[in-house]
Amino acid sequence: MRKQQKFSRGLSDKVRKSKAAPEIQKNPFEVKINRKKFDVLGRKSKHDVGLPGVSRSKAIQKRKETLLKEFRLKDKSNKFIDRRFGEYDNKITPEEKILQRFTLERQRTHDKKDMYNLNEEEELTHYGQSLAEMEKMTDVIDSDSDSEEKGLLSAELTATHFGGGGGLLKKKSGGDEDEEQHKPKSRQELIEELIIKSKQEKRERQTQKEEAQELTEKLDQEWKSIQNLLSHKTPKAESKDDTDKPKLDQYDMMVRELGFEMKAQPSEKLKSAEELTREERERLQKLEADRLKRMMGDTEEESVQTSTHISADDINDGFILDKDDRKTLAYKEKTSKFTPGCQKSIQQDRKTNDGRWNIKGNEEEKEDEDGDDDEEEGEEEEGDDAAEDDADDDAEGEEDEEEEDDDEDDEDDHCDLQSDEGDEDEEGQGAEEEQVSAKEPPAVSEEQKKATQEAARAELPFTFKAPECYSDLKCLLQDHSSQQQRLILDRTVKCHHPSLAVGNKAKLQKLFGFLMEYVGELATQNPPDLRTINALIPQICSLCQMFPEAACKAVQTLLSDGGHSMEETLEVKGRAPMPDLDMLVLLKITAQLFPTSDFRHPVTTPAFIYISQALTKCVVSSLEDVCKGLILCCLALEFVSLSQRFFPELLNFLLGLLHLTVSNKHNTDYTVVAPFRRQERNCDLLVLKDPNASLSWNRKPISLRTAHRIPAEERDHYRLSVTDSCLDLVKRCTSLYKDLPSYGHIFQPIRTLLLKHFPVSSYPAPTQDLHREILEAIPEEPSQQAPLVFKKKKPIPLKLFAPKVVQILDYGKKRGNTKEEKERERLKHKYKREFKGALREIRKDTRFLAQEKLGDIMRRDAERKRKVKELYGSLATQEGEWKALKRKKRK
Amino acid sequence: MAPSTDSNVKEENSQGSYKKDINTKTDHVLQSKKHANDIFDVIEYLQSEKDKQIIFASNACRKIFCELSDRGDLYVGDLPEEDDLMSGDRSGEEKYRIFMRHRYNSCVEILLENIGHESFQVKETSLCTLMKFVAAEAKHPLQNPDSSEHFCFPRELLRNLVERLLSEKEDMSLLISRFQEFLEMDDVRYYVMSSVRDNIYKVMSRKKKAEIPVYKNNVFTLLSNINIPTQGPKMKKFLVRQDYRLDEWKVAKLKEHKRAFEQMWLMFLKFKLPSFMYKKILVILHESIMPQMSDPTLLIDFLSAAYDIGGAISLLALNGLFVLIHQHNLDYPDFYKKLYGLLDPSIFHVKYRARFFHLVNIFLSSTHLPAYLVAAFVKRFARLSLTAPPTALLILLPFICNLIRRHPSCRILIHRPSAAEEPCDDPYVMEEEDPAQCHALESSLWEIKTLQTHYHPDVAKAALTINEPLTEQEEDISELLELSAFEVMERELKAESKTIPLEFDTATELLKSSREVLGVHFSLE
Repeated sequence: MRKQQKFSRGLSDKVRKSKAAPEIQKNPFEVKINRKKFDVLGRKSKHDVGLPGVSRSKAIQKRKETLLKEFRLKDKSNKFIDRRFGEYDNKITPEEKILQRFTLERQRTHDKKDMYNLNEEEELTHYGQSLAEMEKMTDVIDSDSDSEEKGLLSAELTATHFGGGGGLLKKKSGGDEDEEQHKPKSRQELIEELIIKSKQEKRERQTQKEEAQELTEKLDQEWKSIQNLLSHKTPKAESKDDTDKPKLDQYDMMVRELGFEMKAQPSEKLKSAEELTREERERLQKLEADRLKRMMGDTEEESVQTSTHISADDINDGFILDKDDRKTLAYKEKTSKFTPGCQKSIQQDRKTNDGRWNIKGNEEEKEDEDGDDDEEEGEEEEGDDAAEDDADDDAEGEEDEEEEDDDEDDEDDHCDLQSDEGDEDEEGQGAEEEQVSAKEPPAVSEEQKKATQEAARAELPFTFKAPECYSDLKCLLQDHSSQQQRLILDRTVKCHHPSLAVGNKAKLQKLFGFLMEYVGELATQNPPDLRTINALIPQICSLCQMFPEAACKAVQTLLSDGGHSMEETLEVKGRAPMPDLDMLVLLKITAQLFPTSDFRHPVTTPAFIYISQALTKCVVSSLEDVCKGLILCCLALEFVSLSQRFFPELLNFLLGLLHLTVSNKHNTDYTVVAPFRRQERNCDLLVLKDPNASLSWNRKPISLRTAHRIPAEERDHYRLSVTDSCLDLVKRCTSLYKDLPSYGHIFQPIRTLLLKHFPVSSYPAPTQDLHREILEAIPEEPSQQAPLVFKKKKPIPLKLFAPKVVQILDYGKKRGNTKEEKERERLKHKYKREFKGALREIRKDTRFLAQEKLGDIMRRDAERKRKVKELYGSLATQEGEWKALKRKKRK
Repeated sequence: MAPSTDSNVKEENSQGSYKKDINTKTDHVLQSKKHANDIFDVIEYLQSEKDKQIIFASNACRKIFCELSDRGDLYVGDLPEEDDLMSGDRSGEEKYRIFMRHRYNSCVEILLENIGHESFQVKETSLCTLMKFVAAEAKHPLQNPDSSEHFCFPRELLRNLVERLLSEKEDMSLLISRFQEFLEMDDVRYYVMSSVRDNIYKVMSRKKKAEIPVYKNNVFTLLSNINIPTQGPKMKKFLVRQDYRLDEWKVAKLKEHKRAFEQMWLMFLKFKLPSFMYKKILVILHESIMPQMSDPTLLIDFLSAAYDIGGAISLLALNGLFVLIHQHNLDYPDFYKKLYGLLDPSIFHVKYRARFFHLVNIFLSSTHLPAYLVAAFVKRFARLSLTAPPTALLILLPFICNLIRRHPSCRILIHRPSAAEEPCDDPYVMEEEDPAQCHALESSLWEIKTLQTHYHPDVAKAALTINEPLTEQEEDISELLELSAFEVMERELKAESKTIPLEFDTATELLKSSREVLGVHFSLE
């Protein structure tokens, strides 16, 4: 039987070895066919035909390679075991691994000897070297010299030492020829010379180093003496030296010195104008993209959500368009900045600081530097924006700076890091204001400005109490010129920057509300003080940037009050007057502070509704009302000019205004809508009284003051201006809405009015031009449109007669109802099968091993038998020989 | 008698004295017939300059004459002339009663005069006193109870009173509201109604051409204050209880009341009214007038006249018409055509917008309406929406969607796959008055598409619904009907928002920004 097996193994081996042996696979004696109970269509089974011989031989071969080898080497060889913690564990990150190893090591040492050792602090190391040693920095030079000695491998040296002095020979032929032609040096001499030279060099280096060390030590000494002044946190070691503090002037000097040195340090390279503009453009592009997204409105929520999530692949280069960078604009505690531009500048600052930090490598020093640097820059800034553009402004400016300097210094004396950050913030603001002032056109002549500023500086104090209520603010600002008011506000905001004290934030937030109230009052004065409002705009903007929430609340309250009072008068009287100039100015400022293009915005959407309310509900009963209405129309158009949103009330109102110019109001073939009527008491407001007025009229902007009261003279000119503006607005509307599907229908009434009823001949030429352009812009017939269809939806697939899908389970019958139970059953079944399989494998292994062992024993037995036979044979021959000899002897 | 009249009145002008005087004189008159002449003094006070004296005297008169009426000291029957008093042979008692009756009549006259007094207190006291007299007379009739069943109610007095109340010169609304208290009495109301009717007829036919807005206003105030209780067929609350023949008494029957009410209103509505009056009447018509009439269909003339006026009045007349059509089986030809004609841009701006939309919603709720009609309405609403304020649009857009949902054949207005991609003119004819001729079904709602770019976010969202197939469920617009602009604003203000985006272009000047329009036309100076 064994023979048979052997034979079969031999055959199967052959089969396996020669894979391309189809005759064996076709051999019916080799092939075993697994009978199927049912023939299932379309099912492919791997196991319908088997080659038991082949597979068995494969298995045996495998065992021979693995199990047998192991068995042979059993109890015979060593093995290297890597016991490093987690060496082959991929799940642990390298850092964790290092940490774990470190703790293990620490535990090991701790357990062993330091159990009762309480005093000894363990040593901190960096790259195996003691940090304490490094900190002392006593033996810097020694180590340096060593290393230098070791690392000296110049090309010359190697050339002279190795390669048979080839270099020397060459040198002799090249360099020495012209000097000492008469006497060629011998090799010995050359070598000596070399030695002398190197020694000399070494000495030079030595002296140089010593000098450097001396200087460093000196610097250290000096530093230690001023260190205490600069920071509250005096290191323990230096605490004793507090007594011999140097005087203040000395300190100042040293600070300047250090500051000067700082300047000499290499800093990040200055950005060229191109780079700056490019960065600015990128920033604006990003903001613009963001704004457009908000305008579309549909991604409103998403964007808010995505803002927190940062992908793992994010390399933080700000490339992603979706990234929500609105936060940069928001004010947040101390760290965030007002505008990305400022942030950038501060980051730059940080970077340069970092660079210095690397050089010095001392924390205290860094703090100090920061402080100094910022102070220095802060000074500059302060000076800049206080004196705005009078760089050559002498004595007084200097004084101011000095004074501010002192302030700053004092501050620095008793506040530490915090004030530094404050300075930074201030700096940001300063930068921003600088920008602002840079943008300003030189409307007022330089000298005039200077004069006013000097005057202002002469009388204005530098700090102001933050106003607690509205009347406080009024007291503060009243009786000052607009520029002075601006300066006062500027200083108030600076004095109460939120980083300076706890309550400042609330104070400034309140200030915004008061400021809006003040603006409202300025606008309602007679005549309105619009210049001052204009001057205050930058302040309002910057405050709004600082506190968006508070600004939002304040504007919202004002809008809601306005809307509410209008609603009330409507209910009581049935008609409401046009909003006053204060509301109009508020709306204008709203548009400047908040984006009007957003799909939905907490401030601008109510503002929209307010405008709509005013344009539909407020009666037009005088020329002043017409003016206010026109302002509202301008605002409405401004609000939608970017988003191109449709504003029906605007067009209604413009139509109404144009209707007022028509003298004959009978049988009109267009309908005017509220608040206008076809015929009412005041429907002739814009009809020209004097037909010759157009001759002396020329186009110029209407004064906003006329919203309060229009001078009695030149009313006809005023009418002409209003009509002209009105036509211009209509023209803007036509270009704004020309893509709307109902463009033609929307503008049809206006077209009819202008074409048939508008007394165009009595208007001046520019107005006539406008009139003509509008009529050209509006088509006679509404444009053609494709009929509406629903948006294409993904077709819903037909219901198919699909077979019932049954889950195929690993085990036979369906057991368990819940998912967990099923999973459990599956695992149990799998385990059982695996167990069986493993058992079978083990059995096969043992059988294989037993066979091998048996084979070994048999081989050994055969050997022994052979040897015994041999021995027997030799013995037998010996015996035979001996017997033959004996027989011979006997004979 | 005459000499004593002037003697005492003007002597004492001090505060308390006139009270004392009147009191003592009242007592005297009531105590004995000897002092009967003191009544002149009291009546004299009624014409005094001072309000307080008049009031006090009125109260005194009330006291005196009520007492006298109770005692039966007032002459009953046709009153002989006062001049004949001495000549005729009558007993002293009778003479006294005739005398007192004359004084009573003059007192009533003065009181009626006083209703036109400038002081409201005087008016009010006079009114109350007169009503007391009415009550007293009703209890003790001054006429002989002979023929009619109005036997015992002082109709003459009440008619005079009503005549004074419905003044042609003065706005009496305050007094009328005071009078309402008495109108709760069923008998008073009944007789007031009939006397109002007579009065209206008399006045209006007298002044056919002249405009008398004050009078009309007074009439309206009085009429609108009359409410008939509806709890049962029998009336229960009377000023004066009638004990016998209650069943035959007209005043006790609700039907009679309704008839009187109806006649009164119809009489009023027959005449030409100013437009504000139309509005006032139409506002209350369906709630407080129609249910109290015995036959509301009689109002059809008035309503169709109002419906033809146009504008807001037509909108309001809709409500009455609706009640008639709905509850009284009225057939109104061309109702929808007229309704269609009502739709113009002003419907979004009138005060009665909510009511109008409510009704239109009801009228168009029937699923049996032809598709062309509904389509015409939808298209017209859509066209009008181009001029509507956001408050109206917030109603209008769900309303249009609801109409399309109700009438699936109108879906073609927002989904016409057959002719997609082929631009065409809008076949709809806005000027056509007949909904059948306006080709609405061949059109599409491009106007709604336009509104998708509306500045108000909710409007834009509502307009976006036509991009997709509409859901089955209708939207409820009832709570949107009363929406005012301020409420819309408040909704926005209250909405929570996480972030507040800011404009990134920081402004430097008031009239300077990247998209400046205001600064182009206006300057600071």
